[in-house]
Amino acid sequence: MASITATRFLAPVGTAGKLFAFALDVGRALFRRPFQLREFLQQAWFIASVTIIPTALVAIPFGAVIALQVGGLIRQFGAQSFTGSASVLAVIQQAGPIATALLIAGAGGSAIAADLGARRIREELDAMMVLGIDPIQRLVVPRVLACMLVAFFLNGMVSVVGVSGGYVFNVILQDGTPGAYIASFTALAQLPDLWIGLLKALIFGMIAAVVAAYKGMNAAGGPKGVGDAVNESVVITFLLLFVVNFVLSALYLQIVPPKTG
Amino acid sequence: MGVEIKVDDLSKSFGKQLIWGDVTLTVPAGEICVMLGPSGTGKSVFLKTLIGLLKPDKGSIIIEGTDIATCSEKDLYEIRKLFGVLFQDGAMFGSMNLYDNVAFPLREHTKKSESEVRDIVMEKMDLVGLVGAEDKLPGEISGGMRKRAGLARALVLDPEIVLFDEPDSGLDPVRTAFLNQLIVDLNAQIDATFLIVTHDINTARTVPDNIGLLYHRHLAMFGPREMLLSSEEPVVRQFLNAQRVGPIGMSEEKDADELAAEEGQELPPLPPIPMQLEPSNGIARRSQREPGSWCRENGITPPPGSFEENMSMVTGS
Repeated sequence: MASITATRFLAPVGTAGKLFAFALDVGRALFRRPFQLREFLQQAWFIASVTIIPTALVAIPFGAVIALQVGGLIRQFGAQSFTGSASVLAVIQQAGPIATALLIAGAGGSAIAADLGARRIREELDAMMVLGIDPIQRLVVPRVLACMLVAFFLNGMVSVVGVSGGYVFNVILQDGTPGAYIASFTALAQLPDLWIGLLKALIFGMIAAVVAAYKGMNAAGGPKGVGDAVNESVVITFLLLFVVNFVLSALYLQIVPPKTG
Repeated sequence: MGVEIKVDDLSKSFGKQLIWGDVTLTVPAGEICVMLGPSGTGKSVFLKTLIGLLKPDKGSIIIEGTDIATCSEKDLYEIRKLFGVLFQDGAMFGSMNLYDNVAFPLREHTKKSESEVRDIVMEKMDLVGLVGAEDKLPGEISGGMRKRAGLARALVLDPEIVLFDEPDSGLDPVRTAFLNQLIVDLNAQIDATFLIVTHDINTARTVPDNIGLLYHRHLAMFGPREMLLSSEEPVVRQFLNAQRVGPIGMSEEKDADELAAEEGQELPPLPPIPMQLEPSNGIARRSQREPGSWCRENGITPPPGSFEENMSMVTGS
C-alpha cells in the first residue's frame, strides 16, 4: 500500500527527471557532427512562417494594453514623462519574451510534437534508429536550434511592434507628447534590459522545443496518443515558461540594479 | 555471410506484467528462422529487443561478440548497421518519396556519389518490383507496396541480419506467396541471417529452416522445421496445424474446465510436412537441408504423405 502511494507521488518526479535527461541528451547531440543544416533551415523557415503574423498581431494589443494601463496609472502620479520608459521596460523585459514563447509553444511546439508523435506511432523513429541514425541528433537538435533562432528574432519584432503600439496609443488616444514618450526611453530602461529579454527568448524557445520533442517522441497509444502529446506539451511548456520567467526576472533584478531616473 | 544471434535467458516485462521469460535460443548464421506465436505473445517485442529498441530486464543477446542488452548507445548504433529491418507497416518516412526513402541509409552512412546511390536504389527497387513508383509518397501507395518499399530500404546497406515483422499481414495470398519466394531467393543471394516474425502458418510451414514458438510467456519450442512440424507437443501441434483442440484458447490459454471437456477428444492426425520453398533458380541455399533428413537422423517417421511434390498446403481440420 505504502509503495503504491509512493509510486503515485513519485511519478511526476520521474517524468521531470526524464525530461531533464532528454534535455541533456539533446545538449550532447548538439555538438555531434554532421550538423543537419538542411533540416535546421527548413524547420526555422516553417516555425517562422507559422509564428510571425500571429506574434505581430498579439504584440500590438499587448503594447497598447500596457500603454493604457501604465499610462492611466502614471498620470495619477503626475509622472507622464515616464510613460515611454515604463512601456519599454514592460515590453522588452516581460511582454516580448513571454508573447514570443507562447506563440512559439502554441504554433511551433505543437507542430513539432504532432510531427514527432506521428513519426513515433508510425514506427518511423524506430526505423531511423534501426538504420543507425540517432533521431535526437537528426530531428530534435535542428528543431531546438530553429526554435531558439526564431524566438530570438521574434522577440526583437515583438519589442519593436509592442513599443510602437504603445506609442500610437499613448500619443493618439491618451494625448501624450510624442517627444516625451521617446525621450524617456532611456530614463528608466537600460541596455541590459534588452539583453535579458533576448536571453529569455532564447531560453524559452529552447524549453518549448525540448518539451514538444520529448512529448512527441514519447507519444504512445495510437492517434489519440499524438493528440494527448500535443496537448500536454503545450500545457507543460506554458507552466514551465511562467516559472522560469519568474526565476529569471528575480535573478535579473538582483544582479542588475534598476536604473533610477 | 550472415551473423549468428545468441539469445540467452532473456526476460522482458512491462511494469509487473511479464511478456516472456527465460528465452534461450541461437539463430544460426545464414539460416531462415520463423518466430511464431498467438496474437499478443510479444513477438514484436522480441524483435524490438533484438535490435535494442527495448531493453530486456535480464539476459543477453550476443551478436559478433557484443551484448545488445548491455552495450553503450554508441556501440548499439554501430551494431545496428548490420541489421535490415522490415517493419509491420513498412515504416517509410512520410515526408520523402520512395526513392529518397530507399536512398536515405546510403546518403547517411556512405560517401557514395549520387549516381552510385541511384544504381543501388534502382537495383533494390527492381528486386521488390517497385520500378516506376520511385516518385510516389508513402501515403499514396497501398500497404503491400509500402511493405515492399520497406524491404528495399532494409536491404540497401547489404545487411548481415534481416528481421521481418509480420511480412505477410495485410497482404493477399498471391502477394504473400511472391514475398515468401522473394525471401527465400534473397537468402540464397545474400546469405544473411533471416528472422521472420509472423502468425501465418503457411509461411511458417514452407519457408524457414528453423521455427520457434512463443506461447504463454515463454519459448515453447525452437528447432529445425521438421522437428516442430512432426512434434506431438500439444501447443506446437495445435498452433502449426491451426486447430481448435489444444491448450490455446480464444484469450490466451484455456481454463481447466475447457481443457477437461476436451479430454479424450480424438486429435486430428498430423498433416503431411510440405516441401520447403526452394530458390527460384533451383540452386540450393547454403543452409538448405535435404527434405526429411532431420526426421531420418532422429528416427522419427514423418506423417504420411510428407515431402511429396505438389501436395496440398491446406492445414487445419
